[in-house]
Amino acid sequence: MNAMAGNYVTADGRQIGGVVMEMKNITLRFGGVVAIKDISFDIHEGEIRAIIGPNGAGKSSMLNVISGFYHPQEGEVWFRGSKRPPMKPYEVAQQGVARTFQNIALFEGMSVLDNVMTGRLTHMKSGLFSQAVWKGKAEAEEIENRRKVEEIIDFLEIQNIRKTPVGRLPYGLKKRVELARALAAEPKLLLLDEPMAGMNVEEKEDMSRFILDVNDEFGTTIALIEHDMGVVMDLSDRVVVMDYGKKIGDGTPDEVRNNQEVIDAYLGVAHD
Amino acid sequence: MFYREAGDFSTTYAEDSQTFPIKFDRYRYYLVLVVAFGIIPFLINDYWANAVFVPFLIYAIAAIGLNILTGYCGQVSLGTGAFMAVGAYACYKLMTGFPDIPIAIHILISGGITAAVVTLFGLPSLRIKGFYLAVATLAAQFFLVWLFNKVPWFYNYSASGQISAPERSMFGIIFTGPNTEAWAKYLICLVFVTFAAIVARNLTRGSVGRSWMAIRDMDIAAEIIGVNPLKAKLTAFAVSGFFVGIAGALFFSVYLGAAEVGESFGIDKSFLVLFMIIIGGLGSIFGSFAGAAFMVLLPVFLKNVFVGWLGWPTDLAAHLQFIVSGGLIVVFLIMEPHGLAQLWRLAKEKLRIWPFPH
Repeated sequence: MNAMAGNYVTADGRQIGGVVMEMKNITLRFGGVVAIKDISFDIHEGEIRAIIGPNGAGKSSMLNVISGFYHPQEGEVWFRGSKRPPMKPYEVAQQGVARTFQNIALFEGMSVLDNVMTGRLTHMKSGLFSQAVWKGKAEAEEIENRRKVEEIIDFLEIQNIRKTPVGRLPYGLKKRVELARALAAEPKLLLLDEPMAGMNVEEKEDMSRFILDVNDEFGTTIALIEHDMGVVMDLSDRVVVMDYGKKIGDGTPDEVRNNQEVIDAYLGVAHD
Repeated sequence: MFYREAGDFSTTYAEDSQTFPIKFDRYRYYLVLVVAFGIIPFLINDYWANAVFVPFLIYAIAAIGLNILTGYCGQVSLGTGAFMAVGAYACYKLMTGFPDIPIAIHILISGGITAAVVTLFGLPSLRIKGFYLAVATLAAQFFLVWLFNKVPWFYNYSASGQISAPERSMFGIIFTGPNTEAWAKYLICLVFVTFAAIVARNLTRGSVGRSWMAIRDMDIAAEIIGVNPLKAKLTAFAVSGFFVGIAGALFFSVYLGAAEVGESFGIDKSFLVLFMIIIGGLGSIFGSFAGAAFMVLLPVFLKNVFVGWLGWPTDLAAHLQFIVSGGLIVVFLIMEPHGLAQLWRLAKEKLRIWPFPH
């Protein structure tokens, strides 16, 4: 199957739309170290796209390129039909790309509710003066956004901790709150950097369910990095495999599973 | 036992996000306002105004200002004293240049001018963080004090190099100058402190405040979720400068009456306000008040104890006062690093379930 050019229908019958984001010949270097070497792939609307690879393959660097944190020396990033000029991370966020982090990056001093509300900052436009007055425009905006946030809090089943300071939460819940914060932005593209790292089987199952539900309910396009192969193969529609900064495989889970280069990268090959 | 949220249901998001969600708290707040506006002005005399209330209220405004910058946005500033001086000198130039405009307007404009100056000195914060930023603001402290000493235009070429507040009145009431009544001094400070607290609270509970706190807690993550760090940091500097400038203008025009920049707005002022917010509680409006009260009242209290009750000589009392208040600050920081505001929160937690243990 090679339907990369346009729309396609997944194995479970979901209709996948056109290209949302396309990476064209991305090369990223840190001094003499080449983190990403000439990689191209695309992400279609509504699909769950996984990026996998052994440690140090450049997966997180790729996510950082997408979210504007790193600027590649060569190559182009196309987002929703136009070439993206070099942007600051907050500008990328304003375009509708949200993400979570490998190591949780929540705002520890704030409550769960406030953390999730920060996810909506890109939607809140009232200025300093109307905020200072509060009554009227600022309050109306706050309440409207609070309603959206409460929907997400309900969706992710974290109602009971909404007023708890984030610092007091256990790891699994923190991961979920971080997902909530990213979802609150109503992103066009959601990037998840190892959403299941350090979780037990039960937590992984919960998180997998949430990711599938998010994709199903909101139609959110998701790109995720994950090490748990079982999870990746079950969740994702298409998989990019990276190794030492190069792309060694791209396709459906089944195609990738049977790709000799991928098997070699994971299991090692005899050098003789 | 009155301090309960049981039976106190929020049915709208507006109710849920109000400043005092618990009924008892709300009524206590109204009571404080009634006492502050309706009763104290009739009882106050010169001693209570000059020794306690006026400095407390003015430092509370300065502490709110610094707390927005340091407590909410995480940017350390050691230039508060000099920024207060900007407010004071702006107010002096405005008072002498435009005598017909009401003093309250001058004070607000002084706040605006200070906001602009502080924003300018906040620009390095985009590149440097933490201790290095503190040192950059320290440079602002020394530079501004030097500037106000060096350029005679700022003190209207007066021979002493001092600035002194001329008499100005609003609605037939004198608010500045030597003939000001105690209650008038108190009232003008009270109005500004109320204004500052309400504005600060409104800003910190909305999207602006969240972007500040996001920058404080994790600036990289804040940027990734869409906070423009330039805008967030500079608005924090501007709002902080506005309040600190108002505090400086009041400190000079209402409290001191006459000021010399090195003496009244030196580095010790910067540290005093910083101590206030650390002891009061970083990132808390209530903490700003508590810290200001602690730092203003403690010396007065100790002096009364040593000289008034024990009858010790004043010089001994003055030295002991430094030792005791310094020691108390150290003890306090070890016992409760999150400040008086945290103690207050814990007390409220306990009160909620009192008299039951759980």
